[in-house]
Amino acid sequence: MAGGTDILAQTRGGRFDLDVLVDLKGVPETTELRFGPDGLYLGASVPCYRIYEDPAVAAAYPGIIDAASLIGGIQIQSRASLGGNLCNASPSADGICPLIVHSATAHIAGPNGRRSVPVEEFSSAPGLTVLGNGEFLIGLDLPRPTSGFGAAYERFIPRNEMDIAVVGVASSITVNAGGTVQAARIALAAVGPVPILAHRAAGSLIGKQADASAFEAASTLAAQEATPISDMRGDIEFRRTLVRVLAQRTLTKALDRAGHSN
Amino acid sequence: MTQANPVRKIVVNTTLNGQQSEFLVAPYQSLLELLREVAGLTGTKEGCNDGNCGACTVSMDGRIVDSCLVLGAEAEGKQINTIEGMAPDGTQLHPLQQAFLEEAALQCGICTPGFLVAAKALLEREPNADEGRIRLWLAGNLCRCTGYDKIIRAVQKAQA
Repeated sequence: MAGGTDILAQTRGGRFDLDVLVDLKGVPETTELRFGPDGLYLGASVPCYRIYEDPAVAAAYPGIIDAASLIGGIQIQSRASLGGNLCNASPSADGICPLIVHSATAHIAGPNGRRSVPVEEFSSAPGLTVLGNGEFLIGLDLPRPTSGFGAAYERFIPRNEMDIAVVGVASSITVNAGGTVQAARIALAAVGPVPILAHRAAGSLIGKQADASAFEAASTLAAQEATPISDMRGDIEFRRTLVRVLAQRTLTKALDRAGHSN
Repeated sequence: MTQANPVRKIVVNTTLNGQQSEFLVAPYQSLLELLREVAGLTGTKEGCNDGNCGACTVSMDGRIVDSCLVLGAEAEGKQINTIEGMAPDGTQLHPLQQAFLEEAALQCGICTPGFLVAAKALLEREPNADEGRIRLWLAGNLCRCTGYDKIIRAVQKAQA
């Protein structure tokens, strides 16, 4: 358990029959937040508010801040961590896609030692992860963004606050001084059993001028890479449309944050 | 998380509304249960008991939390402040409490302690929070009676 905002509610609801619950916050490595020349280390149980209230981190990791400040209300943000959001492995998680577009690596500890996996490979099915028996997430490493990097996360919910994403999209982009795209990542939430890294959409941007037409083409590809289902939150067609709209918006915002106007 | 097997209770030392206190809780008991059932402080309300409604909001080390989503054992070494500690000397209402009364910002009252504790935390941090900020800060507190406008007005009155 990190902040406990998922596991305590779920256990009370009968999803788990626990013999033992370990409070990870007793492990110092899970509560550390370090920001230095190499990037950001985010302990698995660092609550959301510690991320967005740190001005240096907030400036360097805008996509992460978008997520940390919209997960739950203030009470939840006092407790909930991005590490916990990752381990909860909800397909609609707000925290996972921003970690993916910031190229985060998950550090895992267990009876057989330690290993690391890219965040995009951490979820294996709804509610399931690559964590084996006895393994737990220690923390996350996010490389320090280079100049010309920007990122953003947006979701669609029918209310103003406090809801589960019908679709969420995170985008990151790195452009050179001439405005040409050097690197890009687009990750999609709630349109598949696990968060989707839209390789074709992001790949289509590389080497192109970062502008509205390139973003539109990439967003159309992202909508094709989505594999949504129809449920009470939205149907397949609606969700694909949302992917396209949110991909365009987040790419535009990411570019703006990279310091280049579109 | 009630269970049939007897479990060894945990000693919890905490500062509750400014007073050093010691409690015995079962490992599965929430902070909400500690407050209401062990400490006998029933001002903090149980609403949804799953972190959606904010009725059980308390302050833990200066941050507001849903006490239903905190284990009682986690209160060890922490400063916990509840609605019972809100009126400064126990005889005079806190300005927010007074404003809630004057603006009729409550009907059934179940959500009120949570709103008050949450609003107090906001005004301590951001005394000049505007209406949008107040509404966002209080988004984790649900009220089925007032329609929220009276609550927002009361918080604004307390700012004045």
